[in-house]
Amino acid sequence: MLSLRGVSKTFGQTPAVRDVDLDFAPHTTTVLIGASGCGKSTLLRLALGLVTPDRGSVHLDGERLDAQSAPALRRRMGYVIQDGGLFPHLDARSNVGLMARYLRWESERTRQRVLDLARLTRFPEDALERFPVQLSGGQRQRVGLMRALLLDPEVLLLDEPLAALDPLVRAELQDALREIFRDLGKTVVLVTHDLAEAAFFGDRIVLLRDGSVEQSGTLRDLVEAPADEYVRRFVRAQRTLHITGAEAAR
Amino acid sequence: MKLPGRSARRWLLAATLGLSECVLSRSGDAARAATPVMIGSKQFTESVVLGELATALVRASGSSAQHRSQLGGTQVLWNALVQGEIDLYPEYTGTLEQEILKGEGVRGEAALRKALASYGVVMSRPLGFNDTYALGMKAARAEALGIRSISDLRRRPELRFGFTNEFMDRADGWPGLRARYALPQEDVRGLDHDVAYRGLDADTIDVTDLYSTDADISYYDIQILQDDLHYFPVYDAVWLVRADLKARAPAAVAAIARLEGKIDASAMAAMNARAKIQQVPEARVAADFLSATLGLTVVSEEQGRAARILRRTEEHLGLVTVSLSAALCVALPLGILAARRPRPGALVLAATGVLQTIPSLALLVFMIPILGIGAPPAVAALFLYSLLPIVRNTHAGLTGIPAPLRESAEALGLSPRARLWHIELPLASPSILAGVKTSAVINVGTATLGAVIGAGGYGQPILTGIRLDNVGLILEGAVPAALLAVAVQALFAGAERWVVPLGLRLARKD
Repeated sequence: MLSLRGVSKTFGQTPAVRDVDLDFAPHTTTVLIGASGCGKSTLLRLALGLVTPDRGSVHLDGERLDAQSAPALRRRMGYVIQDGGLFPHLDARSNVGLMARYLRWESERTRQRVLDLARLTRFPEDALERFPVQLSGGQRQRVGLMRALLLDPEVLLLDEPLAALDPLVRAELQDALREIFRDLGKTVVLVTHDLAEAAFFGDRIVLLRDGSVEQSGTLRDLVEAPADEYVRRFVRAQRTLHITGAEAAR
Repeated sequence: MKLPGRSARRWLLAATLGLSECVLSRSGDAARAATPVMIGSKQFTESVVLGELATALVRASGSSAQHRSQLGGTQVLWNALVQGEIDLYPEYTGTLEQEILKGEGVRGEAALRKALASYGVVMSRPLGFNDTYALGMKAARAEALGIRSISDLRRRPELRFGFTNEFMDRADGWPGLRARYALPQEDVRGLDHDVAYRGLDADTIDVTDLYSTDADISYYDIQILQDDLHYFPVYDAVWLVRADLKARAPAAVAAIARLEGKIDASAMAAMNARAKIQQVPEARVAADFLSATLGLTVVSEEQGRAARILRRTEEHLGLVTVSLSAALCVALPLGILAARRPRPGALVLAATGVLQTIPSLALLVFMIPILGIGAPPAVAALFLYSLLPIVRNTHAGLTGIPAPLRESAEALGLSPRARLWHIELPLASPSILAGVKTSAVINVGTATLGAVIGAGGYGQPILTGIRLDNVGLILEGAVPAALLAVAVQALFAGAERWVVPLGLRLARKD
């Protein structure tokens, strides 16, 4: 289980995350949502040790994340960011297989694993030799997901993975992602600013405001029992914007 | 599967190969020659002619000799002699008393010999002519203004003086002269000797310093101003020889002594005029004089133009490749350090930046006390100059990698070293390559200055060409240097295909 314990982080004068306690249970999907600048991306980066907390700590299955343990723990977490975060100098296959190469896997094992992942993410096999610049946005995102899944991590952290995609590709990938999350049974933490997307993926939705947890619960909790006026306004704003989309998804 | 670290490794391989190749060929050169007698000469025609005379005499005596022609000014030659870089060179007694030994209050031949002995240097008897400093102006202008002596200059404070840099700085040069004659002129600037003559001709200066045996005195129709207060000391030409040469090559020492008292001022001026105005190679001027005066038959070695250019190309490429490869090996790690550790990094960037602001000539001369003359100090100076562009571009390339990419690499669980080799250096490679290219082009240009301290290369014909006012010779150095710079540009354009990963090149075209 991935846990954040009393985590705070300030950048310069601006507090980004304030005293956050969160547990992410195995086989569940948690969506972090909130306005931009609410600290949701910083939470993911704290979980990976890309950002060191000023106070508090991060644990994975009881093991504390620090400079020493970070490389090993990171290999048990997959990280996917907007537009895939692919290395432009490596083709799709090399992007996915980078860690396999680093860990000196047999080449046949790597080949087979990359192939399995391509099937899982429905990435065309013949596009594996293409460079990121030669791939579509959706394809880049699939490669980013394959790369994150290579070492079969327990935890998958996704930071606005679909934000850069056009609506059709986005809907298609949403379906694919939800299927993958279900099939693989991973601990998934997904960041988005779109409540419809949050509702689509999340067993639990965590609404953040100014670096603190405002409310945590199901969509129904947020809609029917908002913790305060901010949650009410947040839900209402999103529902008016996405009402047709939400209905279509149902 | 494409190997991500390949391009980064190629870098080091290329640098190491380049370095070792050059080191090998250099040491091969050194081993071939069997310690010849090294003769130096200063950066003006008379000194070069005297150097050729000594070279021809030593060779005729059966020893091998090498002439390090137009090495620089007095201090460069004197230091080279004391440090054993050269075995002998022509000098003037006035320069010894007034400049080299100026703090020691040495006057007269006996005192001079004694003072020189403490440096392990022996002075020959005078060669026969007194090449003293003098001031001169165009004869027509001097006549129009009614100026015959230096004292007459006091009446004309508006006159413009253009003096050689050495004359400007020497204690026995302009500062002393101005004090003795109480000269009021304000418009006084430092020039190259040969530029000064052209300045007189073009009426951009009125008065310059010259030597009494200058070839150009009659050519440019110059009036020598009388030294009515007897300011300038006597400048008898002599050989300065390392005391230990007598043990190593007694025949050579005896051979050059044959010229003592044999060259009078008119003979010297005639040789200067032949070399400078008729553009006869100094070696042949020297050979003809030795044949006429001592009845000595000397075969002067003259190389064809193609052979000369080839030799200089080798020298120039040697300077550039050794210094650039060494700079790459040092600057790349420094750039990485600068990017990884901001605080020492700022220090590294500042230090390499300061190096770049040192004038190249000054840097070359700074190197002489440490590394002597010839290729090593030039390579060291070029090495220092090549650092900044590579360090800065490596730093910029690495710090310019978008944060999401850097974090993606970190989030994967790659070690810092693996991130550097597999991700960061390949991503920074276009910037690093651009830095190396800048360094290389600067290096090719700056290396022409190496000739000033005897490093050879394309600067040698340029230097000689300026001294002899020979545009052909200048072009013989300048054109290949420009072509080499263009070739280097093309080479790096080609290297880009090899060094920069395909994915990045595709991305740039997009």
